[in-house]
Amino acid sequence: MKLNQKLKEYWHKLGSPRWFYQITTNWVTFFGASALVLLVTGLVWALAFAPADYQQGNSFRIMYVHVPAAMVAQSLYIGMGVAGFIGLVWRMKLTDVAIGACLPLGMVLTALALFTGGVWGKPTWGSWWEWDGRTVSTLVLLFLYIGIYALREAIPDQNLRARASALVSLVGTVNIPIIKYSVEWWNTLHQSASFSLTEKPAMPVEMWLPLLIMVLGFYCFAGHQVLSRMRLEVLTRESSSRWVAELMQGRGMLANPAKASSTDHGKG
Amino acid sequence: MYFDSFADFLRMGNHGLYVWVAYGSTLLVLLSAFFITRSMSRSVETNIRWAILSRQAEQASGAQTKQEGGNEY
Repeated sequence: MKLNQKLKEYWHKLGSPRWFYQITTNWVTFFGASALVLLVTGLVWALAFAPADYQQGNSFRIMYVHVPAAMVAQSLYIGMGVAGFIGLVWRMKLTDVAIGACLPLGMVLTALALFTGGVWGKPTWGSWWEWDGRTVSTLVLLFLYIGIYALREAIPDQNLRARASALVSLVGTVNIPIIKYSVEWWNTLHQSASFSLTEKPAMPVEMWLPLLIMVLGFYCFAGHQVLSRMRLEVLTRESSSRWVAELMQGRGMLANPAKASSTDHGKG
Repeated sequence: MYFDSFADFLRMGNHGLYVWVAYGSTLLVLLSAFFITRSMSRSVETNIRWAILSRQAEQASGAQTKQEGGNEY
């Protein structure tokens, strides 16, 4: 009973923009610092220290940016789908903020995954573009991102925009398992996954360890970006509320807080 | 270090162009995302600061006219 109540309280708090802003202050710094350390380490390791593949040679180093970009692009879309579901069912406003924050990064990372894939495909498959199952389903993911972006730009009403983009995000998640199983369903050029976060990879350790670092670095970077963008959207939407004014005063961005509050009382 | 020399490192066993284009585009995406978000958050904070300041100024002048017995509207 008591636990149930605690959970309920927590759930309600989750929808509160002010509470969200407060608890994520430190998270942003943490994700940003981790991303910097992981990405610098990972990039140097991947470029200069990891051994070349015995078949592909050095072009295989592209994997260290291609795979993380694709993984995070899909995860951000899943995040949008989950946020869309929560937003549609519980009418939480913060979920629309989350969708808006995941969208731009997810879109550019999908484009990056496709681009680095092409650059990797040229020396490996002999072609920049192939109508391979995974490539095409990732292209569909890019179109989904672009579609939701256009949708959000086109609808001025905030509530309608939130509902429409939540619905499309949710429906579009059917594409995620298609991307995942495309390498098994259509046995085309893409190799099946040789790396995952949960299973032991089919690569020697000196090859997958830098990949793991890059993947974690990309996830931390995404965490930093998404939280930063959510926070600034929350600030914008709540800009006329009291807690934002107090927050700005606390940062020393506004002079004379005492005067401001005394005029408040004088008016009351 | 996997490579014998710096020139070797740049050449990437004849795959230099592909590898460097892929890594360059990745860096470009990550850095521009970071700097765009940062400049956005700065402009948002500036806007909010101005909005609050002008609201305070409005309130202050409103209180003043009341004290001076100005028009009520």
